[in-house]
Amino acid sequence: MAALIEFRDIYKIYSMGDEEVHAIDGISMRIEQGEFVAIVGQSGSGKSTCMNIIGGLDVPTRGQYLLDGVDISERTDDELAEIRNKKLGFIFQQYNLIPKLTVLQNVELPLLYSGMKESEQASRAMASLERVGLADKAKNLPSQLSGGQQQRVSIARALAGDPSIILADEPTGALDSKTGREVLQFLKQLHQDGNTIVLITHDNSIAAQAERVIRVQDGKVIYDGPADINKFAAVATAGGLGEAEG
Amino acid sequence: MSFKKCFALALNSLMTSKMRSFLTMLGIIIGVGAVIILVSLMNGMTGQVTGIFADLGTTGITVSVQDRGGSRKVTADDMYRLMEENPSLISGVSPNVTVPNATVKHQGNDITSSLSGVSEDYGKIRNVKLAQGRFLQYIDVAKKQKVCVIGAYQQKEFFDGAFALGETIKCSGEAYKVIGVIEEKADATAGSEDDVIYIPYPNAARMMGTDTISSFLIGAVTEEKVDAAVEVINKLLDDKIGDSDYYNAISMKQMLDSMNTILGTMETVLVCIAGISLLVGGIGIMNIMLVSVTERTREIGIRKSLGAKQKDIMRQFVIEAGTVSGVGGIIGIIFGAVVSMAAGSLLDLTVVPSAGAVAVAFGVSVGIGILFGFLPASKAAKLNPIEALRYD
Repeated sequence: MAALIEFRDIYKIYSMGDEEVHAIDGISMRIEQGEFVAIVGQSGSGKSTCMNIIGGLDVPTRGQYLLDGVDISERTDDELAEIRNKKLGFIFQQYNLIPKLTVLQNVELPLLYSGMKESEQASRAMASLERVGLADKAKNLPSQLSGGQQQRVSIARALAGDPSIILADEPTGALDSKTGREVLQFLKQLHQDGNTIVLITHDNSIAAQAERVIRVQDGKVIYDGPADINKFAAVATAGGLGEAEG
Repeated sequence: MSFKKCFALALNSLMTSKMRSFLTMLGIIIGVGAVIILVSLMNGMTGQVTGIFADLGTTGITVSVQDRGGSRKVTADDMYRLMEENPSLISGVSPNVTVPNATVKHQGNDITSSLSGVSEDYGKIRNVKLAQGRFLQYIDVAKKQKVCVIGAYQQKEFFDGAFALGETIKCSGEAYKVIGVIEEKADATAGSEDDVIYIPYPNAARMMGTDTISSFLIGAVTEEKVDAAVEVINKLLDDKIGDSDYYNAISMKQMLDSMNTILGTMETVLVCIAGISLLVGGIGIMNIMLVSVTERTREIGIRKSLGAKQKDIMRQFVIEAGTVSGVGGIIGIIFGAVVSMAAGSLLDLTVVPSAGAVAVAFGVSVGIGILFGFLPASKAAKLNPIEALRYD
């Protein structure tokens, strides 16, 4: 069976004036259905670019990206939009809820663009809100909710379209440690329910909550293995210092 | 995203920033309001003009002739013969002779008025309505009787608006008996429609010392026969005078038509000027939509990351622009209708904003919103989702 996510020697190169910057410098990896993977790295390591490509927000300069066995490295904007809509659920650090829409309307957003019937949109969104325990806040505006609640709304939104992959970009970054732990707990729960989760973070202790960790540095994978904090963090320290001094 | 949702969303964002929305719509409100006001007032004016012409009788044909000497002239007898030959076309003839600035006296009270020498048919063709007595009759004209029909102004000046029949007034030194008083039309003021004295035309011709008649009022049998009547009149004039530079026959219908053409042209020009403010309003909408797109870059990023295609974003912003201008259009229509009705009652015009003008104004305003919303919307649709999400 094909992997859910497969990177085949992917490069992302930006030209800044005469200089070429390799944001991703030849990454190959596979993520299987039902995995809980953390992609960890410092800022500038290329993990955000990784996320953008996995999330279909960006396309690689070179190499192939197979999502669910289909090569989507060279798709148009609108084709990518449809893939994001059907296959991906995003959870962002800043929640990215639309402030003037109610909680329910926010959760409905991905369904709005899926061509689903309107009556079904509302019931699906409501079911999704129930899953995160915020059904009673459906009519509220995001600003009337706490940070943790807003992040749960964004999780509900990510779940609403029943995506193949949940892509969480620093989901605890804007939360205090207690609410952050709750959100992580919730992601674990989703994983146990059978969802594939890709978590992007710079924080080793958060990455350690996943099953598997992929450590990225300078656009390359420098560790790919079990989420044993001693192992992947050690790689980071050694490699990171070595690179900086060299 | 369905049209309904887009529309609800547009109304929602319109309501959340009322002041800004109002200012954005102001150009459209003024433009649409101006169009409605102008069209309504022009309709009212056209109605009034048509009414005046209808009051004067729509079957009338005015003929003016210049004497070219010798036999090349038209006499009253020629005109009467024409009527007898064309009983199915012409129903009345009134030679007109005007005595300008005649002194008219009654018991030491004197005024200056024009004396209109006409025949008995004049009253019928011009639809003259009498308040007292009767109009001139055949016998008065044939016998050159010294009788007159006076207007409301003369009645007011000489008789204080009281019963005047049988009284005698002096017209250019001759005593005339009042046999009729015309209904008041214009507050009985000097120089108005109410300032008239009708006497038999032979008497007026004698006062002027001429036997040449240079002006006739001819009545067609019905409004539909006017054009045919003008034709036979022109033929007679051509036979008698020979050169169309020396005569002219114009029907009230033609005058009304050319009046309507003038009013129509005026209306077009005014509406075009008002249309400029619709254009300015449209540019205002484009401006504010561009600002809105920038402000909502993050929202656009979120929507695109969740699967909105370019056409979805495009549609959302175009509908939003269309909604802003459409709502502006509705306000403008209401504003225009209220102002034109107020102006109508002030100017004593019957002003009704036409359904056509309302429909066109609304359609144009929505169209302008959509047209000018296009550029900002396509800017929004083309945003890169990664950059848009990063935008603060």
